[in-house]
Amino acid sequence: MIETRQLRKVYAAPAARRGAGAHGTSPRSTLPVSAPAAARNPRASGSIAALDGLDLQVREGEFFGLLGPNGAGKTTTIGILTTRVRATSGEAFVAGLDVAAQDVAVRRRIGVVPQRPNPDRGLNVIENLAFHGAYFGLGQAEAERRGMALLEKFEIGDKATSKVDELSGGQQQRLMIARALLHEPRVIFLDEPTVGLDPQARLALWDVLRALHREGRTIVMTTHYMQEADELCDRLAIVDRGKLLACDTPAALRAQAPGATLIDLAVDGDAAAAAERCRLVDGVSRVDATGPDLRAHSERGGEAIPALIRAVEDAGARVQNINLSKPSLETLFISLTGRKLD
Amino acid sequence: MGDDAPIGTSEVFFAMLRRDVRVARRELPFFLVRTAMQPLLLMIVFGFLMPRMGVLQKGYTATLLPGVIALSLALSSVQSVALPMVAQFGFSKEIEDRLLAPIPTHLVALELIVAGTLQGVLAGLFVLPCGRLIMGAIPGLALSNLPHIVGVTVLGAATFSALGLLIGCAINPQQIGLMFSSIIGPMIFFGCTYYPWMALDKIPLMKYLVLVNPLVYVAEGMRGAITPDVPHMDPLVDAVVLVVLLGIFWHFGKRAFFKRAIS
Repeated sequence: MIETRQLRKVYAAPAARRGAGAHGTSPRSTLPVSAPAAARNPRASGSIAALDGLDLQVREGEFFGLLGPNGAGKTTTIGILTTRVRATSGEAFVAGLDVAAQDVAVRRRIGVVPQRPNPDRGLNVIENLAFHGAYFGLGQAEAERRGMALLEKFEIGDKATSKVDELSGGQQQRLMIARALLHEPRVIFLDEPTVGLDPQARLALWDVLRALHREGRTIVMTTHYMQEADELCDRLAIVDRGKLLACDTPAALRAQAPGATLIDLAVDGDAAAAAERCRLVDGVSRVDATGPDLRAHSERGGEAIPALIRAVEDAGARVQNINLSKPSLETLFISLTGRKLD
Repeated sequence: MGDDAPIGTSEVFFAMLRRDVRVARRELPFFLVRTAMQPLLLMIVFGFLMPRMGVLQKGYTATLLPGVIALSLALSSVQSVALPMVAQFGFSKEIEDRLLAPIPTHLVALELIVAGTLQGVLAGLFVLPCGRLIMGAIPGLALSNLPHIVGVTVLGAATFSALGLLIGCAINPQQIGLMFSSIIGPMIFFGCTYYPWMALDKIPLMKYLVLVNPLVYVAEGMRGAITPDVPHMDPLVDAVVLVVLLGIFWHFGKRAFFKRAIS
């Protein structure tokens, strides 16, 4: 249904583009360049690769998640698949159509829910839907009928003649979903649809998305919330710095997570010396130290904690805080990228 | 799913045009204040007060009226396209729904120009009777040459709408105020709106410098169309220059639009 082959996108102006979701890897070397390094000396890298050879396949009827931190290239990927961003190289197909050469035909078959609601502020709620329908060839009566049905379904039917500015953030997001569905597209793209929503609105949106999935639509959603990806998606692609790191069902990805429990220790002072001693603790497979933070991969779960505390104290430091994470998508992500999601 | 039935491009185009008409109709009072306030004040001062004070000759209104009509249709065309572009590409992003419609992107830009042209023509139509009311009988006013009048009005409005597209897409939102004071201001004063181009004979340098100003051709064209007794440029020259300018503004405006629409 959707396929990308060796998709690359290089932006020319690093500073201006970073907010749009581009993060740094050097286009020439493909070695990651951290954003602060690029900001210090933008001419050194000259440009920034938001996508660096991304290969994806999404099957028909699948709920597919693109999971990654800010700047992973998720929004750029959605941009290319929805014809709004031109890839620097590589190919992308939606419903068998080339997104660059057959952009009009692709747009006919997709619905897009943007990261930030962008309703037409010159029009009221139902007009937003009616005109969207007209852009997709629907007669006014039919577009309004479908629009009202969707507004009722998403419980904002009473807002039909309101100005869009009178809707709450969650209601505007639901209006955006209604708009994306009005022309009954076979593929729906959602870019971080729950960012900025309160927990209740988020759960309500999850129900909406599950219902759409049951109708047999292909859904591609980006998120940086692990739980959201885990709960909703059939398959997940973990992306970072424009590259695909892993792609599988949430269950299979969890199974790939390092068997270890992650034990994070905050240490007063430099954790490097303490890390040396912690590596000797029985059942600890790996220890990383960054500044005062120490992360141990324990094969024995929390049982290693007393020995780790002793090891830190033997190194002349003290433990100030301890945090435990069980094997999960989160720990897989950390083991793949070396950093947390948000 | 119903996404395989073909959709006519013109159907989508006219749906977008209907959208702009709907929004413009809703904002009509604001639109008229925005576009007609300046021309009305000009006509009150230069066409009503000053001739009565004896500072200006009575026949001056025949020079002023076509200039003011040209000014209002040019200003409203530029603003009707440029201002929404700045907002819709800048912060509200509301144009994205139209950019994701199944229609080639350049036709979205063309639709904006058609909508801007309609608003420019409307502004001209509004100012003409206002001028007659404020300034009294205009010597030599002739509204019989309809094809000429319609031609100048539509061509002038289209040219300035295309300029609006270029300005709206190429200029940084923070610089929109600067744009109006640095481009639009001089354009108004050196656009032969208050004086006929021929009258610049005594200042040859100025006479040729103002030729870079697109407003000159609309004002002169309008003189040729509605007050043909006032000295004016050859209508054919006006038409050719406006067509060429329209082509240039469309070319670069479309390019700027694509830059904003597709990254």
